[in-house]
Order: sequence, then structure tokens, then C-alpha cells
Amino acid sequence: MATMGTSRKQLWYWLLLVIYVFILWVPFYNRLQPTLAGIPFFFWYQFLWVIISAILTAIVYKATE
Amino acid sequence: MNWVALTVFVVLFAAVTVLGFIAARWRKGDLGLLQEWGLGGRRFGTIVTWFLLGGDLYTAYTFIAVPALVFGAGAIGFFGIPYTVMVYPFVLIVFPRLWSVSRTHGYVTAADFVSGRYDSNGLALAIAFTGLLATMPYIALQLAGIQVVIAAMGVRGDLPLVIAFAILAAYTYTSGLRAPALIAVVKDLMIYITVIAAAIVIPEQLGGYAHIFASIPADKLVLARPGSGTTGAYSAYGTLALGSALALFLYPHAITGVLSANNRSVVRRNTAILPAYSLLLGIIALLGYMAVVAGVSKMPQFASDFKHYGPNFAVPALFLKSFPAWFAGFAFAAIAIGALVPAAIMSIAAASLYTRNIHRPFIRPRCTDREETAIAKIVSLVVKLGALAFIVLLPLKYMIQLQLLGGIWILQTLPAVILGLYTRRLHRWALLAGWATGMVTGTLMTASLHFATTIYPLHVGGMVIPAYAALYALVLNLVVSGVLSVVFHTAGISAGSDQTAHSDYLQRGGVD
Repeated sequence: MATMGTSRKQLWYWLLLVIYVFILWVPFYNRLQPTLAGIPFFFWYQFLWVIISAILTAIVYKATE
Repeated sequence: MNWVALTVFVVLFAAVTVLGFIAARWRKGDLGLLQEWGLGGRRFGTIVTWFLLGGDLYTAYTFIAVPALVFGAGAIGFFGIPYTVMVYPFVLIVFPRLWSVSRTHGYVTAADFVSGRYDSNGLALAIAFTGLLATMPYIALQLAGIQVVIAAMGVRGDLPLVIAFAILAAYTYTSGLRAPALIAVVKDLMIYITVIAAAIVIPEQLGGYAHIFASIPADKLVLARPGSGTTGAYSAYGTLALGSALALFLYPHAITGVLSANNRSVVRRNTAILPAYSLLLGIIALLGYMAVVAGVSKMPQFASDFKHYGPNFAVPALFLKSFPAWFAGFAFAAIAIGALVPAAIMSIAAASLYTRNIHRPFIRPRCTDREETAIAKIVSLVVKLGALAFIVLLPLKYMIQLQLLGGIWILQTLPAVILGLYTRRLHRWALLAGWATGMVTGTLMTASLHFATTIYPLHVGGMVIPAYAALYALVLNLVVSGVLSVVFHTAGISAGSDQTAHSDYLQRGGVD
């Protein structure tokens, strides 16, 4: 069953690694500045990653379906 | 007594109860079969699965405890956000395989899979036992969530709790997983309404988000910067999030949610849409800061409740202060119903584990499918009674500690369940030894911290690396599983036969 096409498709899963790098890199986002509409960086960065990770997950889902 | 709130609460609670009993007739199936009663006949599509998993994973206790942690401890309480960011990509990669193999072989629990894969009732028993152990205090904490909101409306004592649980027990018994699935739809809509209202109304009363953040001391808004010679709060925060993400879908109630989907794509698709709940969780976490700025803990009318429930009373107090009484009642009903959904699924999952992986293999090997379901239904009652006894008889502190330990324990099933989905190179007895090592070391690490925290400060050559004990225990677990696998295979000890085939893990399943 493992044709060339399906194994190439599997490569898409590596895209998900990006999420883990950016969210586990705690020192990078453990700061107050820059704020966004008064919201400290620590919070809006993580909120933003909820959205980015959902989009990346959706892309990988579509690409591997 | 807050009569307006209480009336709204009781009316909504009653409506949901009716729904729970009607659920037996929804997507009708033969409720005398375990996969009908316990998995809703594996008939749920994308939308129902979204509500079901959302209602199942983001529990009422989460809605109370996460803001309570932010309220009390500050930024560390926000770890729930990176945790839920990391969980879904992992689920997308791994869990469709579990869904497919379970569909092919009729597995209802993770331990069913382990039994089939490794030809070992013993290893499956270990997995089932761990699931039961981790689930019991979790159910009890859902009750604690109900207790807090009922107290917020001025009702004391254990009687309301007993009534709520009798109702829950009755419709779970008759309708099985269909009840929480149907109720989850209502509950989640109520939670969304509550949180969106809170996110708009409360900051407006408090002078806006910028003002809220400006009013919180800076050391509560970010993690403490680690001193020299330690990775400090950074490694604690990251590992807590990562370990929790790896553990979440190993919980029996999460696996029940996954396996009840009607096809593989439903599971995959949901990993892209479930993060909507994570946004909700983020807002809920911020309620902790709003409660600080609103100064609820210093208000005389809440003094006795704060004394009794501690930071867990922060959100109920904030709602009482900020919302009109009728909407506070609506919000409390959302939380209480939000406790019933996971509690029902957890008790169903626990009942399936006991019946499939303890009763059938060890006590009554020849029981029929109908007997099996009858036993599962009774066990679901026993499990709930046990949780009720816990919460009535023991201080809440012990429940919280047991639940923290539960997270450590459940992660120790990862090698057998998750790695087992990919490879059979690990030997069944090596996995059992690895599991035992992880369970014991994880518990000892937490015991050395007097069960107050799960962050274990590991000393490595002059460095201190504080990290989630569950991950340290998992590393030891993996090392023992790997090394002993080589030993056992070399020694020629039988690895048993594998019931599954390579293609079973890729089956797409029927489309209803």
C-alpha cells in the first residue's frame, strides 16, 4: 500500500514540528513587551499560537487526507 | 440564598436531565451491546464528536481550577494554553491509527488494543488498572466543581450533590454514551455563551483589558526568570505543558470519545477544529486576573466561601459580582452541566475498562455480550458512588493530589499504547516492567515533594532542571522497556502472537 505518493504525503507531518518549537521555546515569549492593545506579549503570543497551530493542523490534515 | 440564580439553575438542570433520558432513543441501537452503550455504536460524525470531545476534555473542574491557579499563582496557570496547543497535532498523527485498529477488531478500550497487540492479559490489566486509578479522582473533582457553584448560590451541604449524581447515574445507566453526547451539545453552547459574555461584560466593568493587565503586578504576568545554575520556571512550564499534552488522550474518557467517531476522518478533522475550545480556555484563564482586579477575595459577602473553597471560588465570586442574578444562574448551570458530561463519559470509560479488561479475562471468561454490558452498567454506578464517597468523606486536597498523580500514572501507559501503534519490537514483559518503573518512580518523585507539586527538581552535574515528574518517569519507563526488550528477545522469551495486521491501522472505516 505504501506507494511513492503516500510516503511523500507523510512529509507534511513534519510541518507540525514548527508548533512544538515555537511553543516550547518559553524564554522567547516570557516577556511583557511588546504589548498588543495593552495585552502583554506572553499572552497574545500564546493566543496567536492557538490559532496558528489550528491552521497548520488543518493544512496538514487536508494535505494528508 | 440567591433564589433567582437558583431557579434558573434548577430549570436548566431539569431540562438537561430530560434530554439525558431521551438520548437512549437517539441514533437508536441495541443498548445491550457494550459498543452501543459505551461507544454510542461508533456512530458520531464530525459535529457531535466536536461537541463530545470538547465537553469531555475541557471539564467543569478545568473551568474552576485554571483561573483559580492564575488568580493565586499568576502566569504559570497559563500552561493550559501551550498544553492544548501541543495536544492536537499529536492526536492528528497518532490517534487515527488507534481508531482504525479498534474499529477493525471491535476494541472498546486502550487495554483491549494492548491485549490484542501483545497477546497479554497481564499487560492489558496494567493499562486498565492505570486508567481506573487516574479516572476515579478526576470524576470526584467534577463533583467538586458542582459543589463550588452550588455553594455560590447559597446552598450548603452534600444533599444537592447526591441528587445531581443520582440523576447523572440514572441516565448514564439507561442511555450510555448517547446521554453525555447529546447533553454536550447543550452544555458547550451554554459555556460558549457564558465565556463570550464574560469576556465582553467583565472587562468593560473593570476598565478594559489594558487596564486589567496594568493593574496586575508584573511578576504575576510572566514567569520568574531562572537564576544561574537552573532552568527554573521555563523548563517547569514547558514540560508541564508537553507532558500534559502527551497524557491527555491516554485518559480512558478521551479514548472513548475518539473511538465513538464514525470514521477515521472525523477524528482527523476534529484536531483542526477542537482548538476553538482552547481559545475559550485562554479567556477562562484570564478570568483569574479579572477576579484579582475586581477584588472579589476582599469582599465581605464572599469571605466565608473563599475561606472554605480558596482560589476555586474566584470565578463563581466574579460571576456573582459582575452578572445579573439570572445570568449568574445560567453560568453556574453551564459549569454544573459541564461537570456532568465528563463525569458520565469517565464513568462509562471506567466501566468498559473494568468489564472488558478485568472482569471478562480474569473473573468470567465465558460471559456473553449481554452480560458484559449489564456488568458495565452496574460498574458505572459503582464508580460514581465511589467518586461521591471520596468527595463527601475526604478533604478536597487529597482529590487534587490524586488527580495530579493520575496525570503521572496515565502517561506511563504511553509506551504500550502509543508506541504499540507503530511497532511491536517492544516485548510485552519489558513494557510491563517499564510501566511499573514509571509508576513507582513517578509516585516517589511526587511523594518527595510532599504531593504538593509535580515539578521535580532534577540535579544534573551542578545544574537543577525542574520538570514535570511524569516526563522524568516516562524516560525511565522507556529506557527499561527498551533495554529489557532486547534482553527478553535475545533470551528467546515468547513475545506472543499479534492479533493485528499492518493494514488494520490504516482502515478508513464506513461513512454513515
